[in-house]
Amino acid sequence: MNLLKKLIAVLALVPALALAEGYQLDHAPDQSKDLASLQRGAKLFVNYCLNCHAASSMRYNRLRDIGLNEDEVKTNLLFTTDKVGDLMTISMNPKDAKQWFGVTPPDLSVIARAKASEEGSGTDWLYTYLRAFYKDDSRPTGWNNMVFPNVGMPHVFWELQGTQKPVYVKSTEGEGKDAKEESKFDHFELIKPGKMSKQEYDVAVADLVSYLDWMSEPTRNLRQQLGVWVLLFLGVLVVLTWRLNASYWKDIK
Amino acid sequence: MAFVEKKLPADAPIAAKALNWVDSRFPLTKLWNDQWGQYYAPKNFNFWYIFGSLAMLVLVLQIVTGIFLVMHYKPDANLAFASVETTIMRDVPWGWLVRYMHSTGASAFFIIIYLHMTRGLLYGSYRKPRELIWLFGVAIFLCLMGEAFFGYLLPWGQMSYWGAQVIVNLFGAIPFIGPDLSLWIRGDYVVSDATLNRFFSFHVIAIPLVLLGLVAAHLIALHEIGSSNPDGVEVKETLGPDGHPLDSIPSHPYYSVHDIFGVSVFLLVFSAVIFFAPEMGGYFLEANNFIPADSLKTPPHIAPVWYFTPYYSILRATTSQFVYALEVGVAAYAALIFFKTKLPSLLKMVAVGAAVVIIIAFNVFEAKFFGVVLMGVSVMILAGLPWLDQSPVKSIRYRPSWHKYVYIVFGIAFVTLGYLGIQPPNDLRTEIAQVCTFIYFGFFLLMPWWSAMGTFKPVPTRVTFHAH
Repeated sequence: MNLLKKLIAVLALVPALALAEGYQLDHAPDQSKDLASLQRGAKLFVNYCLNCHAASSMRYNRLRDIGLNEDEVKTNLLFTTDKVGDLMTISMNPKDAKQWFGVTPPDLSVIARAKASEEGSGTDWLYTYLRAFYKDDSRPTGWNNMVFPNVGMPHVFWELQGTQKPVYVKSTEGEGKDAKEESKFDHFELIKPGKMSKQEYDVAVADLVSYLDWMSEPTRNLRQQLGVWVLLFLGVLVVLTWRLNASYWKDIK
Repeated sequence: MAFVEKKLPADAPIAAKALNWVDSRFPLTKLWNDQWGQYYAPKNFNFWYIFGSLAMLVLVLQIVTGIFLVMHYKPDANLAFASVETTIMRDVPWGWLVRYMHSTGASAFFIIIYLHMTRGLLYGSYRKPRELIWLFGVAIFLCLMGEAFFGYLLPWGQMSYWGAQVIVNLFGAIPFIGPDLSLWIRGDYVVSDATLNRFFSFHVIAIPLVLLGLVAAHLIALHEIGSSNPDGVEVKETLGPDGHPLDSIPSHPYYSVHDIFGVSVFLLVFSAVIFFAPEMGGYFLEANNFIPADSLKTPPHIAPVWYFTPYYSILRATTSQFVYALEVGVAAYAALIFFKTKLPSLLKMVAVGAAVVIIIAFNVFEAKFFGVVLMGVSVMILAGLPWLDQSPVKSIRYRPSWHKYVYIVFGIAFVTLGYLGIQPPNDLRTEIAQVCTFIYFGFFLLMPWWSAMGTFKPVPTRVTFHAH
């Protein structure tokens, strides 16, 4: 049994080793059932994202699922096409985009599902990423990002958020000869305020992220509502089949 | 002999007449009775015996959901991703449900099959006279792995693409023919549209055909020989006055209602995953697979789906350093065969000769090739179980108590390999994987010795059964 104990001890260590150092992701608020937030997010998405990024799996008229009727979609959100049944595509040529940004902006249809990792959910990543742009004159766009270093995308919301720069603190690690000075990111400092306060901007990003999350799987709410009924039905079925089985087997001695 | 049809009374029900008409021309009733209705199975089956019928259920689920997915899926590198994410997940009514059933079904299939195999291991179900049932089962497992591998490319996400790329590249490590072989498998220099089309063909027709044939063979062989049971007692040795084994009961209705209960419990768990956690935290549907395949962007960490990771870990554990340990292992094993068996001396010489050849090969070819070999052997070695197991009793119940710990250590090593296969490698993890690789192969290769050691308990003549 000694071997077994050792093996368990070693195994217990493994998860600790898996922890990687990175920018800590903030927890995105869950607004997946808040229709007003989703609608505000949709508006932000169409106005700010849907010029360079497509959402080519998403049809405009699916927005009725978040409480918008076709006329509302047509008058407020339809810029690139005139049919509400169309997919959210863009007219920018991917080759041009690659030349301008160094990379073709990814399709955002399922981005919230793609960005999930051990560090956090996809929405956590997006929520943190969109609030972590800072001024960096060494980059061609003039912007850099804490979550996605050397990102190709400029800070699209700079007018709303304003301009921030990272503040580092110096810390000494190790002792004696091994002592090393390291500068660690501490917080962002707003050097030029935008149209929104910090709180307002956080809310706006949360709205956009919850829209992106909804768009990545528009059937999710239906799926979960339906799931409750399916499980209730199967729960009853399990009881019935359990008793059915018992009534047959009571003859077997 | 002239054709004689059984005469039924004129006032017999129409259904009885129809059945009689068919039975005179095709053994319908006989087939039903042989395969299930009058198939006598031991009455002491426990929890572990539910997974055979559950595997059957999931197979049917996968085929039916697969048929509907193929109606909307496009096996084309430019259209595949959108046909899943736009057409199936959004445009087709209930397409999302069918897709989640299929993707969750794949993982459920492996969970069930692993438990089904564990049952076989615990109760010695593969022992004589059930060797062929086991071999058909191993073949089914291989088909299932192929089916899962080919199917995983179809959503054409980043993990689909790079997983296939990594696995097909492995064939490139085979000496002499490797590079040409992997080129032939892909049909291109990288995984591409040509690869997608052939994988689609394998996934929807070639492998399912073989799989169905093997499942039929597995069941025919089982129903001919009769099921084993947790006591490992041959129930056919104690017959009752009606000619049926005393400890057996007809599958219908007893195991029918038993399986219906098992199926409803399974469906409860299965539905909980489908409706509330279809991604299962990235284990059933990986986050990276929501990004369309890009041949120019290699993801930083490529891991196969969870059910392949134990074997993948063995592959990765085979570093050029580890080959030395393997050489020692092979030499020791040859010595063991030479000194500790009663084989004819010719066979002993063959074993030693083979070991020498293997050790020379270790020094000639690169470690990656042996990683591929070990990965293949780690699955194929299952086929050897009926002959590796030399225990005088079948069931774990009557084996020496310490045998249980051997199984537990093996189980932990297998799960550890699986866990490590998901994680990105580092030095410590590789070392742990190497230890587990030795445990994994040691379990099987040393089985002829350890399985016969210790004090065995007396096996009863009748099964142990407590009425419900």
